[in-house]
This record gives sequence, C-alpha cells and structure tokens, in this order.
Amino acid sequence: MMNDYDVVIIGGGPAGMAAALSARKTGAEKVLIIERDRELGGILQQCIHNGFGLHRFKEELTGPGYAGRYIKMVQADPSIDVLLDTMVLDVEQDKIIYAVNPKQGMLTIQAKAVIFTMGCRERTRGAIRIAGGRAAGVFTAGAAQRMVNMEGFLPGKKIVILGSGDIGLIMARRLTLEGAKVQAVLELMPYSNGLTRNVVQCLEDFDIPLHLSHTIVKVHGKERVTGVTCAKVDENRAVIPGSEFDIECDCLLLSVGLIPENELSRTIDLAMDSLTSGPIVDQFRQTSLPGFFAAGNVVHVHDLVDFVSQEGEIAGNAAAKYALGQLPKAQRVVDIEATGGVRTVVPQHLSITPESPESVRLFMRVGKPEQRITLVIESAGKMLYTRKLAVAKPGEMIVVELPADKVCECTNKITVSLVK
Amino acid sequence: MTIPTKADVVIVGGGVVGTAIARELSKYDVDVVLVEKEPDVAMGTSKANSGILHAGFDAKPGSLKAKTNVRGNKLYREIYQDLGIDIKFIGSLVVATSDEEMATLNELQVRGRENGVPGLEILDKETVLKREPNLTTNVMGALWAPTGGVMCPFGATIAFADNAVVNGVKICTECPVEEIVVEEGKVSGVKTAKGFIAAKYVINAAGLFADNISRSAGDNSFDIKPRKGEYVLFDKTVANLVNTVIFPTPSKVSKGILVSPTVHGNLFIGPNAQDIDDKGDMDTSPDGLQEIIAGARKTVPNLPLHASITQFAGLRAATGDGDFVIKASDSVSGMIQAAGIQSPGLTAAPAIAEIVIGILQEQGLILTKKANFNSQNRHKVKFHELAHNERAKVIAQNPLYGRIVCRCETVTEGEIVDAIHAPCGALTVDGVKRRTRAGMGRCQGGFCGPRVTAILARELNIPVTEVRKDTTKSYLFFDKITDEVQSNDE
Repeated sequence: MMNDYDVVIIGGGPAGMAAALSARKTGAEKVLIIERDRELGGILQQCIHNGFGLHRFKEELTGPGYAGRYIKMVQADPSIDVLLDTMVLDVEQDKIIYAVNPKQGMLTIQAKAVIFTMGCRERTRGAIRIAGGRAAGVFTAGAAQRMVNMEGFLPGKKIVILGSGDIGLIMARRLTLEGAKVQAVLELMPYSNGLTRNVVQCLEDFDIPLHLSHTIVKVHGKERVTGVTCAKVDENRAVIPGSEFDIECDCLLLSVGLIPENELSRTIDLAMDSLTSGPIVDQFRQTSLPGFFAAGNVVHVHDLVDFVSQEGEIAGNAAAKYALGQLPKAQRVVDIEATGGVRTVVPQHLSITPESPESVRLFMRVGKPEQRITLVIESAGKMLYTRKLAVAKPGEMIVVELPADKVCECTNKITVSLVK
Repeated sequence: MTIPTKADVVIVGGGVVGTAIARELSKYDVDVVLVEKEPDVAMGTSKANSGILHAGFDAKPGSLKAKTNVRGNKLYREIYQDLGIDIKFIGSLVVATSDEEMATLNELQVRGRENGVPGLEILDKETVLKREPNLTTNVMGALWAPTGGVMCPFGATIAFADNAVVNGVKICTECPVEEIVVEEGKVSGVKTAKGFIAAKYVINAAGLFADNISRSAGDNSFDIKPRKGEYVLFDKTVANLVNTVIFPTPSKVSKGILVSPTVHGNLFIGPNAQDIDDKGDMDTSPDGLQEIIAGARKTVPNLPLHASITQFAGLRAATGDGDFVIKASDSVSGMIQAAGIQSPGLTAAPAIAEIVIGILQEQGLILTKKANFNSQNRHKVKFHELAHNERAKVIAQNPLYGRIVCRCETVTEGEIVDAIHAPCGALTVDGVKRRTRAGMGRCQGGFCGPRVTAILARELNIPVTEVRKDTTKSYLFFDKITDEVQSNDE
C-alpha cells in the first residue's frame, strides 16, 4: 500500500510539530508526522523542569507543557496525520519512506517533500574513552533523566556528573531534589558548556561543586560503580600527573555533548557539515538534495526549544512550497563561512531567489569564551552587520537577524567572525 | 531455583569451552549439568576477546593448540548454520614491515603447512596494498590465510548453550562451585552454593578459575595467570577501513595488536597483553588504550579515533607452558581438565569438546548416541537482516517485531522477548545485548537501555530495581528515596 503526502516529517518533537503546522499554514494539504515514541513531544516529555517557551509563548513552561501546546494544535488539524510508535527504516532519494510499527506492520509512504527533524542523541562513555571497568551505574544524563522523570526510578544515590552540558546541570538539581547526593560536576574545559542560568540555578543554589578543567581518568567498581578517579587537566586538556583524587559514588552520569542524529541523512548522502554534524542547509533549511529539508537539533544542537520551533516553521513553510511547486529556484548561492573565533554557522549558505527577499536569521556558536568582542558579518569587504558582545560563550548560541536588503545585496561569500 | 541433586557429568564453567562440551555431550544418553557462577553463559574470557576464527598457523606443530585450532576451524564450517553462529570467512593477513618480519612470515607459512592449514600464501607489497589500501605503506609483504575469519564469541557460546539445553542439558546459573568433592581418589560430586550435585565425572572448564577448581579437588598441577587484553571498538561507519583480519607479525609472547572488522560490521583494534594478578580486573587503562592505538597504527596508520564507540578488556586464561591443558587429571579419577584455554580457544572449542568426549569414554563413561538429538537451534528472527516483505510477514505473526527498541542496530521488541525466553535465555540487560545486539550500537544503550530494562522486568516478572546489567549484583536502578522514607514511616 502506498500512502501519498505533500510533506512527511520524520520526528515528532518540537521541530517536527512546528514544521507540520507551518506546512499546513502555507498550504500543504496532506501532512504526516512519523514519531518513533508512543507520544509526540520528543525529549521535551522528560524535561519536567521549567524555562521553556520564554521567547515563544512569553511564559515559563515545563517541557511537557511546551510540548502539550503544540500537540493540541497538531491534533486540532485533521489534515495532519500522526503515526506514533513508528520507526522509519529507510528513506530513498525519490522520497519514498519505509517505516514500521506493530499495528500496521511495514509502511511505504511517498512524499513530495521530506523534513528531517530527528533531533540529537547523547555522546557516550565510549566516545570519550574513560578507562576502568564496566560496572553498572554509568548512564548518560538523558537516559537517567528519562528513568527519574518518566519511569520513576533513581540511577544512583551518590552521584558524580561528568560534563557541564545543560542536561547534566539540570540532572544535578533534579537528583538532589529526589534526595540523592550529587558529589560533584566535572568539566574538562575551563568553562561550563551549559547556560549560565543553569550553572547558577542548578549547581550554585544547591552548593554542588563544579570542578572546571577536570576529567575522570578511571571508573571503579566490579558490579556496581564504587567511585571515580578525577584529575586536573592542563590547557591542552592533558591530565596533570599527581593531580588525581578519588570521589566515592555509585553512579556516574555523562553530559558530554549531543550529536545530531543523522543516520537517515547519511543513507541518502546529504552533504554534511563536519562541525555541526548536521546536514548543510540554506535559509529555507533545504539540504543538498532538493525536496529534503531539516530543522532543529538534527541540523545543529540548540540551547532553547523556542529556536527549534522557529527553525521547524522555516522548514515547514519551505517544504510546503516545494511540494506545491512554489519554492523559487535559487538564482545564485552565497556561502556563509564561520571564521575567526566563530565555530559554526547555520544556514551554511543562502539561496538568493528572484522573489522579494526576506530577512535571514543566522545561528552561530563561538569556539571558546570571549569577552568584549565584536561580531562582524561581511561580504567582499563590505560590512553587513556588526554587534558588540560583552561575552560570547560556546554554550550560548548567538542569533543575528540579517536584514532583507543586506541579503539581496550579497553576491560573494559571507564571512562571520569575531574581532577584538 | 533448585538444582539437580545428581548427574552423570557436571561441567564447571559456561564459557565457549564448557558449552561446546555440553552440546557435544548432549548427543548422548547421559545426564549433564553445567554450572556457571554468573547469571549468564559467556561471562568470562568468552565475552571479551578478538572473536577471530583462526586459521591455525601460529601454534607449534604437534601442540594441542595446533591440532584443535585447525580441527575447530573445520568443525565450525559444518555446524555454524545449524546453530546460527555468526561467522564471516574473510581470511586474515599477517603484515610484515621489515626483512626480519618477512623471514618470520616464511616460518609461519612452513609451520602452518605442517599444522595442516590450507591455502597459505605470501603476498607481495603491491598485492597487499591493492587488497588493503589503508595499510601502512611500509608493508613489505603479508601472509594470506584464506581460512581465517571473524565470528561472534559470545554468540557461539550462547548457541552451544541453547542447543545443549534443547537436547536435555541443565544449565544452572549463579551457581558457583565451592568444591569438587573427592572420595578415595575419585570424584563423588560437586558442592555448589546452591547445593550438592552427585556425579562421577566432572569437567573443569572454569576458564580463569580452572586452577582454583582443580585445587579444590586436590590437583595442583597447573596455575592460571590472567593476561589482560584491551580493545577499542569502532562504529559501523568506519568498518571498511580493512577488509580482512590484519595481524602484525607476531612476537614470541603475543599475536600482537590486530585491526579487524567484527562479524557484525564494526571495526576493532586490540588486544595488548598484560600479566596481572586479579582474575576479576577487567578495567581498561589510559596507558593500555594508548598502547593499542599506537600498536594498531603500525599496520593501519589512519585510525578513525573519532568513531570509537566503546572500550573493553578481557582476560586470557594463561598457563605456565602456554599450551592447552586437555586431559584426565593425573591425581583425581573422574576429573577432566579443559583448562588454560587462551587463544585460539574460541576456534578450538568444538575440537576440544571432541577430545573431552574421547577422554570421558577412556575414563569409563559409557556414551550411547541419542536417537532424537536435534542438531539445530531454532531459527532466530533478525529483523534488520530481512527484506521488507519478510519483515511484513514476521510482524503479521507477532506484532512485537514491528516495534524497534534499539534504533542504532534496528532490534525489535519481538527479538528481545525471544532472547529472554530462549532455551538458555537472557536474564540481564547485557544478556539481551549479547543475544540481540540491542545496545551494541553507537549510542551504547543510551536510548534502549531503560526500555530493555522494562521489558526484562515485565517478561521475568520482577521489579525494575531487580533487573541487572550483567553480574549477580549489578543492579541498575533504585526506587526513589521518598518512597523508602514513606515505607519506613508506615
């Protein structure tokens, strides 16, 4: 059986739901969201803390609260079909999608446009090669979050967290509130990778020590974790001999980075950005393969769900236009390059179309913390945009709106950089 | 769970050797009990090794290693399909980078021929690099062994165990042996933590602990010294770095650090060789990992370290003189040693089993073939290997095959439930992993771990807090602390 849709969205988290609603608004008649979990909302469903939606709804919502608003909107639209508990197995370049679920078995779906919104996953212990045994009690922070918040179990009672990404910080607070003792948070870099507000609200408010420039050199324990050996690292992130000390714990949580989940993108050979680990996209979030779009954490890992939703809308709108044959062809393509202290930029290029230009939002991350610095966006020696920044941190994305008139002026490569 | 009070033969140890012997014995009309101290089979050396089907050119001609290696390699070809053991016959290369090493290749070729290894050939530099373009350009030549390959070590162990159980062997897990009881120089039974099993014959296949088991019976004729080997495993995306098993030219003590595809399409490097004292020490170390990375780079310089997904260590059960100990005990009648089985033990296991059966007969055990021996394991559904129409068919039979639990390896809930209820079923999260590959992928169980835990709890009818990772006390999750406080108040 073949199911035909204008726009098929793979992943029903915040990016996917926003994309579906936006695609409908633009005029797509049949839209499908395929979600592998048993409900829509993605990772938001396990993020029961608040702080979501400040930009979007001008309110402080919990993760499930934020997801709930979008789920209601999706459910209110009878032209958005949702397949839950359904895993996409294969996507072909001609936009045929093979999926599976227990109720309908194997499904074959034909789309006119496809949007990838698969989100991201956590880096594991293996990826960072911590020595020691393989005792029970080592979890990624997100897996622990799911166990605590959704299943109602604790991953440990005496906890050390490696990595100061936001999930690690949030879990430090969450586990403390659950009565566990969080012994310490260790961070390899000389600065936290999380949002400043999370460092304050999740660690400082609970007197949880944050050891910067520290790592774990060994995990102890044969059956269950019994402790970790920590050490200080130098500016090259090499362990300083003699600086080792032990912390007793029964659980090690890892919050050592998120990786966009692009297994499907790779099977159809989308051009990828090695720094974001996501597909290369233009301002419409169209990938290197026409009719395939991507949005949210699958493109680059965001800090705020509000921006994820926004990116979903951009992709949904463009994908609907593509499906309806209304997405204008690019007259020329202008690359955007991150240089001089800026590590990543999305979109990676602009498709300049003959239509009346629209302003473009650029999302950037810096490579290392900087103070009193100027962000410069220029093209062919011409300044397009500058902004003075008191501080710039890798953990906090910089968002810049490039005005429409500047966008249509560009003919040559655009560079974004930091200038002292 | 109660254990049998008597048996004709008790096998101590549920590694690849113990289970291969159990399977071989299950062809005959005898009561066999296998006792294993851990909650699963394949929990020692059999779970953490290189997973190589060795061709058999390494061992000294005439040694037990040489005989059982070549014979075992042949036997697997006869049984692997019946048992559902994953093997790929991709061949192996021993790479030489100096004149001295080239001379060693010649020695290996001569030795291999003497051992009866077919098809050995020394390839020149050009041919080697054509086959393996990612090898070091310092390569001068390589010994090609077409009968080499890669296989799943724990998969083989579990397959032997499943088939043994189907044919009547009882496997008692979490049943550590306290003593082999000997009366008047003869075995009278095995004292375990769960009770006494009367038996006239005991097979000591206790791996790293075989010397302890032997000593408990009064036979102190050998010692097992653990020799640690560390590994790094890489993502499937980089598996095509090499096409065959790449060995460096061996030294006197070790076959050296390999670079090889795994049978399931990953890539690994390792092992090093480090003599240690603690038989429970399977820790990896920063120095050890550096050592294997440096070692692997000697044959394959450009390692994709960014794509490593896990590291682990395993222990070889090394003996003093280096050869396998497969014989009737000199001092205790009825005890048969299958000990000191280090590399190439995985390849040799089915041949070791044959030898042990022969020794049992020599010792007076009467073995008559069963009429109804079932040589085949039930066919396992492997969803990710199926074509779309075959997938539809299995889901129609059981909708649980339509729910993907492990996204990285595309493992379904149906396969996990099958693994739990198999003849030698999984009781732990790692047991599920070794049977289905759920959790073996690039996210290393980050996503599916909690779900596999929940499925285990449901299928075994135990609370989530009693689900274990692998060993007896490796509990994964605790009840929330607030709950405990409440229950204390009551």
